Amino acid sequence: MKPTKLLFASALLALSTSALAAETVTIATVNNADMIRMQRLSAEFQKTHPDIKLNWVVLEENVLRQRLTTDIATGSGQFDVLTIGMYEASLWGDRGWLEPMKDLPADYDLDDVFPSVREGLSAKGQLYALPFYAESSITYYRTDLFKQAGLTMPEHPTWDQIGEFAAKLTDKSKEQYGICLRGKAGWGENMALVTTLANGYGARWFDEQWQPEFDGPEWKQALSFYVDTMTKYGPPGASSNGFNENLALFNSGKCAIWVDASVAGSFVTDESQSKVADDVGFTFAPKQATDKGTAWLYSWALAIPTSAKSKEAAKTFSAWATSKEYAALVAEKEGVSNVPPGTRQSTYTDAYLKAAPFAKVTLESLKVADPANPTEKPVPYVGIQLVTIPEFQAIGTQVGKLFSAAVTGQMPVDQALTSAQAITTREMKRAGYPK
Amino acid sequence: MLTLKQTRRVHSALIGLIAWAIALLLFFPIFWMVLTSFKTEIDAFASPPQFIFHPTLDNYLHIQERSGYLRFAWNSITIALGSTVLGLLFAIPAAYSMAFHPTHRTKGTLLWMLSTKMLPPVGVLVPIYLLAKQFGLLDSRIALIVIYTLINLPIMVWMIYTYFKDIPRDILEAARMDGASTLQEIVRVLLPISKGGIASTVLLSLILCWNEAFWSLNLTSSQAAPLTALIASYSSPEGLFWAKLSAVSTLACAPIVIFGWISQKQLVRGLSFGAVK
Repeated sequence: MKPTKLLFASALLALSTSALAAETVTIATVNNADMIRMQRLSAEFQKTHPDIKLNWVVLEENVLRQRLTTDIATGSGQFDVLTIGMYEASLWGDRGWLEPMKDLPADYDLDDVFPSVREGLSAKGQLYALPFYAESSITYYRTDLFKQAGLTMPEHPTWDQIGEFAAKLTDKSKEQYGICLRGKAGWGENMALVTTLANGYGARWFDEQWQPEFDGPEWKQALSFYVDTMTKYGPPGASSNGFNENLALFNSGKCAIWVDASVAGSFVTDESQSKVADDVGFTFAPKQATDKGTAWLYSWALAIPTSAKSKEAAKTFSAWATSKEYAALVAEKEGVSNVPPGTRQSTYTDAYLKAAPFAKVTLESLKVADPANPTEKPVPYVGIQLVTIPEFQAIGTQVGKLFSAAVTGQMPVDQALTSAQAITTREMKRAGYPK
Repeated sequence: MLTLKQTRRVHSALIGLIAWAIALLLFFPIFWMVLTSFKTEIDAFASPPQFIFHPTLDNYLHIQERSGYLRFAWNSITIALGSTVLGLLFAIPAAYSMAFHPTHRTKGTLLWMLSTKMLPPVGVLVPIYLLAKQFGLLDSRIALIVIYTLINLPIMVWMIYTYFKDIPRDILEAARMDGASTLQEIVRVLLPISKGGIASTVLLSLILCWNEAFWSLNLTSSQAAPLTALIASYSSPEGLFWAKLSAVSTLACAPIVIFGWISQKQLVRGLSFGAVK
């Protein structure tokens, strides 16, 4: 055989062997800026891991949840890496549907990850997902409007103060609304906000015997405040506003105060999408009788189902995407303010705190968030803005609809609470609680 | 006092005006989608809505950069064509038998077939998902072709049946007298006569397959995902996305809208055939 032919043949052989050896990892993820950035930067991962081929499936959040639940419950093994939240991580991990995150690379430095985030992604002390980013809830307010009205936002405002500010800053003739809060019904929509609000009033979803507490005075105070403030000082159609609708209202200068996810910090300060980018202040989520459970904790994390076909390769990728190395790569390629927030202590460098003005409040909120001990009075459940039991999705959404109806004026607060109590009691009995 | 001629003219002008108003009303969402696709995210969310703005191609560039549009489009084309061909293979013999050799159960069968369209798809999601898993057809174009065929078969049978029923039986009998077999009767005589009807059935089936989203979202992930799955991937719970979603929707709708525009005559004929007798 001629040398050139031999060279060609061996090159072909080498190519075909590497193609055969390449392991495919299918990643199901959600469409948001951080995840899309991860997809883009994964080219760097592929350079150092040519033996792993990445397949991306980007889905809308609700579709993603539905797809992943079907996939994991039937053991279909369509995905090797799942993007899930804290709710799924602990429930699915507990059921044995997820691979435990053990034997991570030596340089992963798990101790650098915030304990509250690690705990939220664990079941019975075992970590089941690696956090990609985490968020809390904070208060956004318009510094220019506050200045004009001669008002000062305290570092730790109470809901009563927020209500007073909202009253003073509402000018409906100018389409300027004092407060924007989530009103769209859903366990992850209005109920996330309302539950943290109620936690601040000292309320809780269940007592130690799993009895719902909607008939207590704390829930009545909390819901009355929410409905009253939303009706008087909120934008029209507030009952159908979720995160995106409020973001659009705030960015177009129509909201004076907005309490929502800390992830919005980068959106409201981005001049390409916010008209008020230079006039936004950040402070902690409001408290009332207590500050326990007033700021939520949520994390998007990467997990590997037990039905995955390429578990080792999936773990290698998940560890890379949640590592310090990845954070450094984002800082280098896309700027330090785009590093996925809320998961690692090492992210919060001076450069990051300077580039992201909302980072300090987020960091402090994440540090004090305690899902295992979320309310003033003791509770039998884990979760600040949610209750980590399989029944919560259904119950939370039903209660959310009642509270949304109270905002529209379809039913009074008392009736909404009585119905919430009845529905929750019935569903919990049906599910066999107390267990 | 208006003359008869003038009354007729006013009458037809009025009907024309109403038709235009309805057409514009129906077209408006598509127009708005295309317009939004050239806006920035903040313009897309602006209130009151903006008709005049600084157009940008950023959304299209973003899609080009992030997703392989052609791969999704190819899946849509193969699934829609595959399902339509498979559907015709079943629908033509079924419609032939019902139109030319009816029994006392024919009407009941036709109505029963249509009644399957009333079942909410989510009700059979788990069994179908498990079947697809069992046969190793998850994330495969074959699974979607089979399911779309089953979904559209009642409509295809009904449409072709309506056409066949209007064809005089004598023509087929004459062919039979000349010694044609059943297959020859269908292929050589029936199909050439009912070309128009078959064409409009094909068109409708293609459009229905192209637009279907529930099953494509639930049964595909990366290999077989069609354009509807691509659109869904641009919706976001955190962050503004309307302009990008409009751009990807425009790209996804464009082929079928153009196709429908070219073949609208056949489509209208097919849909209204047999409506007035």
